[in-house]
Amino acid sequence: MSDIWPILLGLGDQLAAHVLLAASAIALGIAVALPLAVWASRSPPVARVTLGFASLVQTIPALALLALFFPILLSLRAVFGEGLPTLGFLPALLALALYALLPILRNAVTAREHMAAGVLEAADGVGMTAWQKLRLVEAPLAAPYVMAGIRTAAVWTIGAATLSTTIGQPSLGDPIFAGLQTQNWALVLAGCLASAGLALVADALLGAVERGFRERRRWMVWGGLAVAVLGIAASAWTLRAPADDDTIVIGAKGFSEQYILAQLIGQRLEDAGFTVEYRDGLGSAVVHNAVTTGAIDISIDYTGTIWTNQMQRTDNPGRDAMYAEIVQWERETSGAHVLGRLGFENAYGLAMRADAAAARGIESIADLAAAAPGMTIGGDPEFFERPEWIAVREAYGLRFGSTRNFSPTFMYNALRSGEADVISAYTSDGRIAADGLTILADPQGAFPAYDTFVLLAPEHAGNARLKAALEPLLGAIDVATMREANLAVDRDEEKWTPAQAARWLAGEIGR
Amino acid sequence: MGQEQVAILQFERVTRHFGEVTAVDGVELGIAPESFVALVGASGSGKSTLLKTANRLVEPGEGRVLFEGEDIAALPAPALRRRIGYVFQGIGLFPHMNVAENIGIGPRLAGSPLPRARIDELLELVELDGSHAGRMPHELSGGQRQRIGVARALASEPHLLLMDEPFGALDPVTRDALGKRVRALHDRLGLTTVMVTHDMAEALLLADRVLVMDAGRIVADETPRGLLAGRGGDVAQGLVAVPRDQADAIAELEA
Repeated sequence: MSDIWPILLGLGDQLAAHVLLAASAIALGIAVALPLAVWASRSPPVARVTLGFASLVQTIPALALLALFFPILLSLRAVFGEGLPTLGFLPALLALALYALLPILRNAVTAREHMAAGVLEAADGVGMTAWQKLRLVEAPLAAPYVMAGIRTAAVWTIGAATLSTTIGQPSLGDPIFAGLQTQNWALVLAGCLASAGLALVADALLGAVERGFRERRRWMVWGGLAVAVLGIAASAWTLRAPADDDTIVIGAKGFSEQYILAQLIGQRLEDAGFTVEYRDGLGSAVVHNAVTTGAIDISIDYTGTIWTNQMQRTDNPGRDAMYAEIVQWERETSGAHVLGRLGFENAYGLAMRADAAAARGIESIADLAAAAPGMTIGGDPEFFERPEWIAVREAYGLRFGSTRNFSPTFMYNALRSGEADVISAYTSDGRIAADGLTILADPQGAFPAYDTFVLLAPEHAGNARLKAALEPLLGAIDVATMREANLAVDRDEEKWTPAQAARWLAGEIGR
Repeated sequence: MGQEQVAILQFERVTRHFGEVTAVDGVELGIAPESFVALVGASGSGKSTLLKTANRLVEPGEGRVLFEGEDIAALPAPALRRRIGYVFQGIGLFPHMNVAENIGIGPRLAGSPLPRARIDELLELVELDGSHAGRMPHELSGGQRQRIGVARALASEPHLLLMDEPFGALDPVTRDALGKRVRALHDRLGLTTVMVTHDMAEALLLADRVLVMDAGRIVADETPRGLLAGRGGDVAQGLVAVPRDQADAIAELEA
């Protein structure tokens, strides 16, 4: 575990981004919750509605809440114009602020409900106006309780902020998600430690402020707040953005191949003099929207994915015809530019352990249909919702005994350990050969082709310098080379980082 | 106590309902300046509600209240309340303010904070020394707290002092001492005092006019001597009988 320290020390930018995001979300939460609490304390129906709403928000999983802001903000572009960001800081801020609302609101309302009736009567009796009563009596008496709510909100928000990685906001979730996908546990642990450490520090500081309010020790209130503000200011200082319009943001979905290809593209662009940023671990649907709306500049996608998910097509005209139609479709609908294919396919396929398949005499998906009711199929969390799966299921009349979701990494482990009999594998995955798996034939052609291609945001459709830097990658990667690179990152021993694999891949291409 | 004297506080057909219940039922009453009036009655007789219409902690449903000749409904409630001292059973010291801050809150709200010497003077009025000024309410006994409550009520130099069961939560010795002290202050400062109490003995010993309330109406309006002489009707005499019987029983024990 000695390799955790260098990782932790390298998390400075993510930590700073995390601090700024969480602090902004809590500040926004406070700014909304406190006036609402005052209103709620004067009107029971308002209290019911606001607390009900805040509790409802709390029941939405944080991951879903974050993802929901993408379509919401996208539709709000009709009002606020195309400049409204749909990914990254803004949606993360809004979702986390909503999340922070409940503990602050509930504590403030409860504090007001439990305030001694005599004290409130005295406030009226000595002639306070409503504002004086709020400022001189209600606020100071509620302060320790409100502070306890803020403290709870801070700990929740810092934890939930790790999930903002999935919508393209840098955070301490970056190492966690990257580590989960590549089975790099040191990376996962480093992210968790940093996030937990930050939560503990925030809790201690806000705890001191709370105690200061409770025991009426001003130095504690101001001291705790001062240290917190200093930390936030230091984070902002380290993140002050160099005004660089040349920065190219490369998006990647949450699996090893995407990390590697993003690094490969990034390294080429850096060599060509561009400044590069990565948004790793984005959801598959988010990535396409992100690149067509310009939230990121470059993505790597697969023809079958766009064909079925974005174009809603169910026919299968063949590999090249499909690609040609996608190029045209992107140009006409979103204006995004398809730069070209990298040369290999990463298709969905149903995979079994070769020995198990042989024992049961299963060679194709058609053979699988009869045995399926007694089998368990494992897929990544997206798979069972994707039209490709529905098409395959209908085409072959597949009915599995049970279906289970795994993260892509764990899917292969599940097959190895027998927790799944069949998985939705990816054909460029290095573990297919390494684990002795067999991909079942698809005689009906129900799975479309999945040519890997590079997609540029509309604003870069005419960026000759960018295109020139990436052109050497087109058609240069065959599936065997890609499998080897993927395996180097995915395997349990002597793991490479995606950046190392990308450099190796660049060397192979250069030959 | 001639009726021809102009009243400092005048209730005109004051009525207040709480849902189905009529708490105050058409009360017509004038309070003469510098009088000490006790408002006595059983729980639920409407005495507290009537008192609170005078500083607008309760708004009358019908009728009106005049204070120093002005209809108080026309005055902003906070400004009115700063001109009227208010002491109640709950005391309601602000727990986050020390004694000096509690006493000085009224003048501070009005924009003229009290100098320290005036705080000491107010503490002295309620027989506490200046060393109490820096203490917090939770460091004080119940009796000390209510003394601070009285000092706070007097800080704005009000002409009218309203007291709602002010000594109800205190032990008998403290209660007796503080009652006498308030009566002495009433005389010395030339206050007009209206005190709500359910204790007829307290009313008889402190007040110079005793009003008895029953079901929202004033059913007796007598001097203590008048009540002791048997006037005021059945309800009033029922209340007077309690301390009288107790006094007789004690006298018998001593005999």
